[in-house]
Amino acid sequence: MLNVSIYRYNPEVDNEPYMQDFQFDTQGKDLMVLDVLEKLKIEDPSLVFRRSCREGVCGSDGVNISGKNGLACITPLSEAVKGNSLIIRPLPGLPVIRDLVIDMSQFYAQYEKIQPYMINNSPAPAIERLQTPEERAKLDGLYECILCACCSTACPSFWWNPEKFIGPSGLLQAYRFLADSRDTATAERLSKLDDPFSVFRCHGIMNCVQVCPKGLNPTKAIGHIRNMLMRNPT
Amino acid sequence: MVGIASSFSQSGVINWLVQRVSALVMTAYIVFITVYLLANPNISYAQWSELNSLLSMRLFSLLTMASIASHAWIGIWCVLTDYVTERLLGPKADIIRKVLQVCMIAVILIYLVWAIDILWGF
Ligand code: SF4
Ligand code: SF4
Ligand code: FES
Repeated sequence: MLNVSIYRYNPEVDNEPYMQDFQFDTQGKDLMVLDVLEKLKIEDPSLVFRRSCREGVCGSDGVNISGKNGLACITPLSEAVKGNSLIIRPLPGLPVIRDLVIDMSQFYAQYEKIQPYMINNSPAPAIERLQTPEERAKLDGLYECILCACCSTACPSFWWNPEKFIGPSGLLQAYRFLADSRDTATAERLSKLDDPFSVFRCHGIMNCVQVCPKGLNPTKAIGHIRNMLMRNPT
Repeated sequence: MVGIASSFSQSGVINWLVQRVSALVMTAYIVFITVYLLANPNISYAQWSELNSLLSMRLFSLLTMASIASHAWIGIWCVLTDYVTERLLGPKADIIRKVLQVCMIAVILIYLVWAIDILWGF
Protein backbone atom coordinates (compact mmCIF):
# COMPACT_ATOMS: atom_id res chain seq x y z
CA MET A 1 0.00 0.00 0.00
CA LEU A 2 1.20 3.46 -0.90
CA ASN A 3 1.02 6.22 1.71
CA VAL A 4 -0.53 9.29 0.16
CA SER A 5 -0.49 12.51 2.14
CA ILE A 6 -2.61 15.37 0.80
CA TYR A 7 -2.86 19.00 1.85
CA ARG A 8 -6.41 19.77 2.93
CA TYR A 9 -7.91 23.14 3.66
CA ASN A 10 -11.49 24.25 3.45
CA PRO A 11 -11.59 27.79 4.85
CA GLU A 12 -15.32 27.49 5.57
CA VAL A 13 -14.74 24.60 7.98
CA ASP A 14 -11.06 24.38 8.91
CA ASN A 15 -9.21 26.80 11.12
CA GLU A 16 -5.97 25.89 9.46
CA PRO A 17 -4.63 23.58 6.77
CA TYR A 18 -3.68 20.02 7.65
CA MET A 19 -2.26 16.95 5.87
CA GLN A 20 -4.65 14.03 5.39
CA ASP A 21 -3.22 10.55 4.98
CA PHE A 22 -4.67 7.92 2.68
CA GLN A 23 -3.68 4.34 1.94
CA PHE A 24 -3.73 3.61 -1.76
CA ASP A 25 -3.45 0.31 -3.59
CA THR A 26 -1.69 0.85 -6.93
CA GLN A 27 -2.19 -2.83 -7.88
CA GLY A 28 1.37 -2.76 -9.08
CA LYS A 29 0.65 -0.20 -11.80
CA ASP A 30 2.74 2.90 -12.50
CA LEU A 31 -0.24 5.26 -12.44
CA MET A 32 -0.10 9.00 -12.93
CA VAL A 33 -0.47 11.14 -9.81
CA LEU A 34 -3.75 12.47 -11.22
CA ASP A 35 -5.16 8.91 -11.39
CA VAL A 36 -4.44 8.56 -7.69
CA LEU A 37 -6.22 11.85 -6.94
CA GLU A 38 -9.24 10.85 -9.02
CA LYS A 39 -9.54 7.49 -7.23
CA LEU A 40 -9.15 9.11 -3.82
CA LYS A 41 -11.85 11.60 -4.72
CA ILE A 42 -14.28 8.70 -5.16
CA GLU A 43 -13.39 7.64 -1.63
CA ASP A 44 -13.61 11.20 -0.26
CA PRO A 45 -15.68 13.47 -2.54
CA SER A 46 -14.76 16.55 -0.49
CA LEU A 47 -11.22 16.48 -1.94
CA VAL A 48 -10.83 19.37 -4.38
CA PHE A 49 -8.33 19.84 -7.21
CA ARG A 50 -8.33 21.24 -10.73
CA ARG A 51 -7.90 19.20 -13.85
CA SER A 52 -9.21 19.09 -17.37
CA CYS A 53 -7.31 17.49 -20.24
CA ARG A 54 -5.50 14.78 -18.20
CA GLU A 55 -2.71 14.76 -20.81
CA GLY A 56 -0.42 17.68 -20.06
CA VAL A 57 -2.05 20.16 -22.42
CA CYS A 58 -4.35 22.42 -20.43
CA GLY A 59 -2.07 23.26 -17.52
CA SER A 60 -4.80 23.14 -14.86
CA ASP A 61 -3.42 20.46 -12.54
CA GLY A 62 -0.12 21.99 -11.49
CA VAL A 63 0.55 20.84 -7.91
CA ASN A 64 3.53 20.30 -5.69
CA ILE A 65 4.34 16.59 -5.83
CA SER A 66 6.72 15.30 -3.16
CA GLY A 67 8.37 18.70 -3.08
CA LYS A 68 8.56 19.40 -6.81
CA ASN A 69 6.05 21.35 -8.87
CA GLY A 70 4.58 19.47 -11.79
CA LEU A 71 1.45 18.42 -13.63
CA ALA A 72 -0.30 15.59 -11.79
CA CYS A 73 -1.58 14.09 -15.05
CA ILE A 74 1.83 13.46 -16.60
CA THR A 75 3.87 12.71 -13.48
CA PRO A 76 4.09 8.93 -12.98
CA LEU A 77 4.26 7.47 -9.49
CA SER A 78 7.66 6.00 -10.36
CA GLU A 79 8.99 9.58 -10.48
CA ALA A 80 6.95 10.99 -7.64
CA VAL A 81 7.02 8.40 -4.88
CA LYS A 82 9.86 8.63 -2.42
CA GLY A 83 10.22 5.86 0.18
CA ASN A 84 6.68 4.54 -0.42
CA SER A 85 5.09 7.92 0.22
CA LEU A 86 3.52 10.48 -2.03
CA ILE A 87 2.99 14.00 -0.73
CA ILE A 88 0.73 16.35 -2.65
CA ARG A 89 0.42 20.03 -1.82
CA PRO A 90 -0.88 23.05 -3.72
CA LEU A 91 1.62 25.07 -5.76
CA PRO A 92 3.52 27.21 -3.24
CA GLY A 93 3.46 30.98 -2.89
CA LEU A 94 -0.09 31.82 -3.98
CA PRO A 95 -3.19 31.91 -1.74
CA VAL A 96 -5.04 28.61 -1.34
CA ILE A 97 -8.74 28.68 -2.19
CA ARG A 98 -9.40 25.14 -1.09
CA ASP A 99 -7.29 21.96 -0.85
CA LEU A 100 -5.09 21.85 -3.97
CA VAL A 101 -6.79 24.79 -5.69
CA ILE A 102 -4.89 28.08 -5.60
CA ASP A 103 -5.90 31.62 -6.50
CA MET A 104 -3.92 32.40 -9.66
CA SER A 105 -5.00 36.06 -10.01
CA GLN A 106 -1.52 37.37 -9.24
CA PHE A 107 0.01 35.04 -11.82
CA TYR A 108 -2.47 36.13 -14.51
CA ALA A 109 -2.04 39.79 -13.59
CA GLN A 110 1.66 39.45 -14.44
CA TYR A 111 0.80 37.67 -17.67
CA GLU A 112 -1.60 40.47 -18.61
CA LYS A 113 1.11 43.09 -17.96
CA ILE A 114 3.37 41.81 -20.71
CA GLN A 115 0.62 42.29 -23.31
CA PRO A 116 0.44 38.67 -24.48
CA TYR A 117 -0.85 39.40 -27.94
CA MET A 118 0.57 40.55 -31.26
CA ILE A 119 0.88 44.30 -31.65
CA ASN A 120 1.17 45.45 -35.25
CA ASN A 121 -0.77 48.47 -36.42
CA SER A 122 0.18 48.27 -40.08
CA PRO A 123 -2.75 47.24 -42.30
CA ALA A 124 -3.19 43.49 -42.27
CA PRO A 125 -2.33 41.78 -45.56
CA ALA A 126 -5.07 39.94 -47.44
CA ILE A 127 -4.15 36.48 -46.21
CA GLU A 128 -1.62 36.46 -43.39
CA ARG A 129 1.56 38.06 -42.08
CA LEU A 130 4.33 35.86 -43.38
CA GLN A 131 7.48 34.77 -41.57
CA THR A 132 10.55 33.03 -42.92
CA PRO A 133 11.18 29.56 -41.47
CA GLU A 134 14.11 31.10 -39.53
CA GLU A 135 11.91 33.80 -38.02
CA ARG A 136 9.33 31.20 -37.11
CA ALA A 137 11.99 28.98 -35.52
CA LYS A 138 12.73 31.73 -32.99
CA LEU A 139 9.35 31.07 -31.38
CA ASP A 140 10.14 27.43 -30.66
CA GLY A 141 10.62 26.80 -26.98
CA LEU A 142 8.44 29.84 -26.21
CA TYR A 143 4.99 29.35 -27.69
CA GLU A 144 4.55 25.91 -26.07
CA CYS A 145 3.98 27.37 -22.60
CA ILE A 146 0.63 26.24 -21.17
CA LEU A 147 0.58 28.73 -18.27
CA CYS A 148 0.49 26.01 -15.65
CA ALA A 149 2.38 28.27 -13.18
CA CYS A 150 4.68 25.45 -12.06
CA CYS A 151 7.69 27.67 -12.80
CA SER A 152 6.59 30.97 -11.27
CA THR A 153 5.41 29.28 -8.07
CA ALA A 154 8.81 27.55 -7.77
CA CYS A 155 10.65 30.87 -8.05
CA PRO A 156 11.71 32.52 -4.77
CA SER A 157 11.82 35.94 -6.44
CA PHE A 158 8.16 35.48 -7.43
CA TRP A 159 7.23 34.36 -3.89
CA TRP A 160 8.75 37.53 -2.39
CA ASN A 161 7.50 40.06 -4.94
CA PRO A 162 4.61 38.61 -6.96
CA GLU A 163 3.15 42.07 -7.65
CA LYS A 164 6.37 43.47 -9.08
CA PHE A 165 8.44 40.65 -10.53
CA ILE A 166 6.80 39.30 -13.70
CA GLY A 167 8.03 35.79 -12.96
CA PRO A 168 9.47 33.16 -15.29
CA SER A 169 6.22 32.26 -17.03
CA GLY A 170 5.29 35.87 -17.85
CA LEU A 171 8.85 36.65 -18.94
CA LEU A 172 8.99 33.63 -21.23
CA GLN A 173 5.83 34.98 -22.85
CA ALA A 174 7.22 38.52 -22.93
CA TYR A 175 10.16 37.19 -24.92
CA ARG A 176 7.84 35.17 -27.15
CA PHE A 177 6.42 38.51 -28.41
CA LEU A 178 9.75 40.36 -28.36
CA ALA A 179 11.17 37.63 -30.60
CA ASP A 180 8.24 37.60 -33.03
CA SER A 181 9.19 39.21 -36.36
CA ARG A 182 5.54 40.22 -36.91
CA ASP A 183 5.29 42.23 -33.70
CA THR A 184 6.22 45.92 -34.05
CA ALA A 185 6.02 47.03 -30.42
CA THR A 186 9.48 45.82 -29.36
CA ALA A 187 10.73 49.19 -28.06
CA GLU A 188 7.51 49.89 -26.20
CA ARG A 189 7.52 46.41 -24.65
CA LEU A 190 11.16 46.79 -23.56
CA SER A 191 10.58 50.19 -22.00
CA LYS A 192 8.00 48.62 -19.68
CA LEU A 193 10.50 46.04 -18.45
CA ASP A 194 13.49 48.19 -17.50
CA ASP A 195 12.71 48.79 -13.83
CA PRO A 196 14.61 47.08 -11.00
CA PHE A 197 11.85 44.48 -10.48
CA SER A 198 10.03 43.25 -13.61
CA VAL A 199 12.94 41.37 -15.16
CA PHE A 200 15.90 42.04 -12.88
CA ARG A 201 14.54 40.26 -9.82
CA CYS A 202 15.55 37.07 -11.58
CA HIS A 203 18.73 35.90 -9.88
CA GLY A 204 19.26 32.93 -12.16
CA ILE A 205 18.33 30.34 -9.54
CA MET A 206 16.85 28.23 -12.35
CA ASN A 207 14.15 26.54 -10.28
CA CYS A 208 11.86 27.42 -13.17
CA VAL A 209 13.86 25.39 -15.68
CA GLN A 210 14.01 22.45 -13.33
CA VAL A 211 10.23 22.15 -12.98
CA CYS A 212 8.76 23.16 -16.34
CA PRO A 213 6.67 20.16 -17.45
CA LYS A 214 7.01 21.24 -21.08
CA GLY A 215 10.80 21.33 -20.87
CA LEU A 216 10.98 25.07 -21.53
CA ASN A 217 13.76 27.35 -20.35
CA PRO A 218 12.52 30.66 -18.88
CA THR A 219 16.00 31.55 -17.56
CA LYS A 220 17.34 31.56 -21.11
CA ALA A 221 14.44 33.75 -22.30
CA ILE A 222 15.12 36.14 -19.41
CA GLY A 223 18.77 36.30 -20.51
CA HIS A 224 17.64 37.25 -24.02
CA ILE A 225 15.38 40.00 -22.65
CA ARG A 226 18.27 41.34 -20.56
CA ASN A 227 20.51 41.43 -23.62
CA MET A 228 17.83 43.22 -25.63
CA LEU A 229 17.44 45.78 -22.85
CA MET A 230 21.19 46.36 -22.85
CA ARG A 231 21.38 46.79 -26.59
CA ASN A 232 18.34 49.08 -26.76
CA PRO A 233 18.62 51.51 -23.84
CA THR A 234 15.14 52.81 -23.10
CA MET B 1 4.26 48.71 -0.73
CA VAL B 2 7.80 48.13 -1.95
CA GLY B 3 8.92 51.16 -3.95
CA ILE B 4 12.05 51.89 -5.97
CA ALA B 5 12.85 55.43 -4.81
CA SER B 6 15.88 54.25 -2.80
CA SER B 7 17.18 51.94 -5.54
CA PHE B 8 20.76 52.69 -6.68
CA SER B 9 19.40 53.70 -10.08
CA GLN B 10 15.85 53.52 -11.38
CA SER B 11 16.95 51.32 -14.26
CA GLY B 12 17.24 47.57 -13.85
CA VAL B 13 19.83 47.40 -16.63
CA ILE B 14 22.08 49.98 -15.00
CA ASN B 15 21.86 48.27 -11.60
CA TRP B 16 22.63 44.94 -13.23
CA LEU B 17 25.64 46.28 -15.14
CA VAL B 18 27.03 48.19 -12.17
CA GLN B 19 26.72 45.05 -10.06
CA ARG B 20 28.79 43.04 -12.58
CA VAL B 21 31.41 45.68 -13.37
CA SER B 22 31.94 46.50 -9.68
CA ALA B 23 32.43 42.79 -8.96
CA LEU B 24 35.17 42.67 -11.60
CA VAL B 25 36.90 45.74 -10.18
CA MET B 26 36.83 44.33 -6.65
CA THR B 27 38.18 41.00 -7.85
CA ALA B 28 40.99 42.72 -9.74
CA TYR B 29 41.88 44.76 -6.64
CA ILE B 30 41.94 41.72 -4.35
CA VAL B 31 44.04 39.76 -6.83
CA PHE B 32 46.46 42.67 -7.27
CA ILE B 33 46.95 43.28 -3.54
CA THR B 34 47.32 39.55 -2.82
CA VAL B 35 49.87 39.03 -5.58
CA TYR B 36 51.75 42.18 -4.57
CA LEU B 37 51.96 41.10 -0.93
CA LEU B 38 53.00 37.56 -1.87
CA ALA B 39 55.69 38.94 -4.17
CA ASN B 40 56.95 41.26 -1.42
CA PRO B 41 56.78 39.20 1.79
CA ASN B 42 59.06 41.51 3.76
CA ILE B 43 57.44 44.72 2.65
CA SER B 44 58.47 47.81 4.60
CA TYR B 45 56.21 50.66 5.61
CA ALA B 46 58.04 52.97 3.24
CA GLN B 47 57.45 50.66 0.29
CA TRP B 48 53.76 50.19 1.15
CA SER B 49 53.33 53.90 1.59
CA GLU B 50 55.08 54.59 -1.68
CA LEU B 51 52.82 52.19 -3.53
CA ASN B 52 49.73 53.81 -2.09
CA SER B 53 50.82 57.30 -2.93
CA LEU B 54 51.13 56.55 -6.65
CA LEU B 55 48.39 58.34 -8.56
CA SER B 56 47.43 55.16 -10.41
CA MET B 57 47.16 53.22 -7.16
CA ARG B 58 45.08 55.91 -5.53
CA LEU B 59 42.74 55.95 -8.50
CA PHE B 60 42.51 52.15 -8.37
CA SER B 61 41.72 52.28 -4.66
CA LEU B 62 39.11 54.95 -5.21
CA LEU B 63 37.51 52.98 -8.01
CA THR B 64 37.41 49.93 -5.77
CA MET B 65 35.82 51.91 -2.93
CA ALA B 66 33.20 53.21 -5.34
CA SER B 67 32.64 49.64 -6.50
CA ILE B 68 32.18 48.36 -2.96
CA ALA B 69 29.76 51.21 -2.27
CA SER B 70 27.60 50.66 -5.35
CA HIS B 71 27.76 46.87 -5.10
CA ALA B 72 26.66 46.97 -1.48
CA TRP B 73 23.89 49.46 -2.21
CA ILE B 74 22.40 47.33 -4.98
CA GLY B 75 22.86 44.04 -3.17
CA ILE B 76 21.54 45.11 0.23
CA TRP B 77 18.65 46.94 -1.42
CA CYS B 78 17.67 43.69 -3.14
CA VAL B 79 17.84 41.71 0.09
CA LEU B 80 15.78 44.30 1.97
CA THR B 81 13.09 44.51 -0.73
CA ASP B 82 12.89 40.70 -0.85
CA TYR B 83 12.73 39.93 2.84
CA VAL B 84 11.81 43.03 4.84
CA THR B 85 8.34 43.35 3.34
CA GLU B 86 4.74 43.41 4.55
CA ARG B 87 4.23 40.02 2.93
CA LEU B 88 6.88 38.39 5.11
CA LEU B 89 6.98 40.48 8.28
CA GLY B 90 3.60 42.15 8.56
CA PRO B 91 2.43 45.77 8.44
CA LYS B 92 5.41 47.28 10.28
CA ALA B 93 7.85 46.00 7.67
CA ASP B 94 7.47 48.96 5.31
CA ILE B 95 8.66 51.51 7.81
CA ILE B 96 11.41 49.18 9.11
CA ARG B 97 12.65 48.65 5.57
CA LYS B 98 12.70 52.37 4.83
CA VAL B 99 14.67 53.08 7.99
CA LEU B 100 17.13 50.29 7.13
CA GLN B 101 17.49 51.62 3.58
CA VAL B 102 18.25 55.12 4.81
CA CYS B 103 20.77 53.74 7.33
CA MET B 104 22.39 51.60 4.66
CA ILE B 105 22.75 54.51 2.24
CA ALA B 106 24.06 56.76 5.01
CA VAL B 107 26.68 54.21 6.11
CA ILE B 108 27.77 53.64 2.51
CA LEU B 109 28.14 57.37 1.85
CA ILE B 110 30.05 57.93 5.09
CA TYR B 111 32.48 55.15 4.24
CA LEU B 112 32.91 56.55 0.74
CA VAL B 113 33.65 60.07 1.98
CA TRP B 114 35.98 58.67 4.61
CA ALA B 115 37.85 56.64 1.97
CA ILE B 116 38.19 59.69 -0.25
CA ASP B 117 39.52 61.61 2.73
CA ILE B 118 42.12 58.89 3.42
CA LEU B 119 43.21 58.74 -0.22
CA TRP B 120 43.14 62.40 -1.13
CA GLY B 121 42.85 64.28 2.14
CA PHE B 122 45.56 66.63 3.24
S1 SF4 C 1 15.97 31.62 -12.92
FE1 SF4 C 1 14.97 33.54 -12.44
S2 SF4 C 1 12.86 33.23 -13.00
FE2 SF4 C 1 13.80 31.19 -12.89
S3 SF4 C 1 13.36 30.47 -10.80
FE3 SF4 C 1 15.31 31.54 -10.78
S4 SF4 C 1 14.91 33.67 -10.21
FE4 SF4 C 1 13.00 32.69 -10.85
S1 SF4 D 1 7.09 27.96 -18.72
FE1 SF4 D 1 6.63 25.81 -18.32
S2 SF4 D 1 6.26 25.73 -16.11
FE2 SF4 D 1 6.12 27.85 -16.72
S3 SF4 D 1 3.94 28.20 -17.06
FE3 SF4 D 1 4.89 27.70 -19.03
S4 SF4 D 1 4.63 25.51 -19.25
FE4 SF4 D 1 4.25 25.97 -17.10
S1 FES E 1 -5.07 17.99 -16.62
FE1 FES E 1 -4.50 19.25 -18.28
S2 FES E 1 -2.38 19.48 -17.96
FE2 FES E 1 -2.91 18.02 -16.46
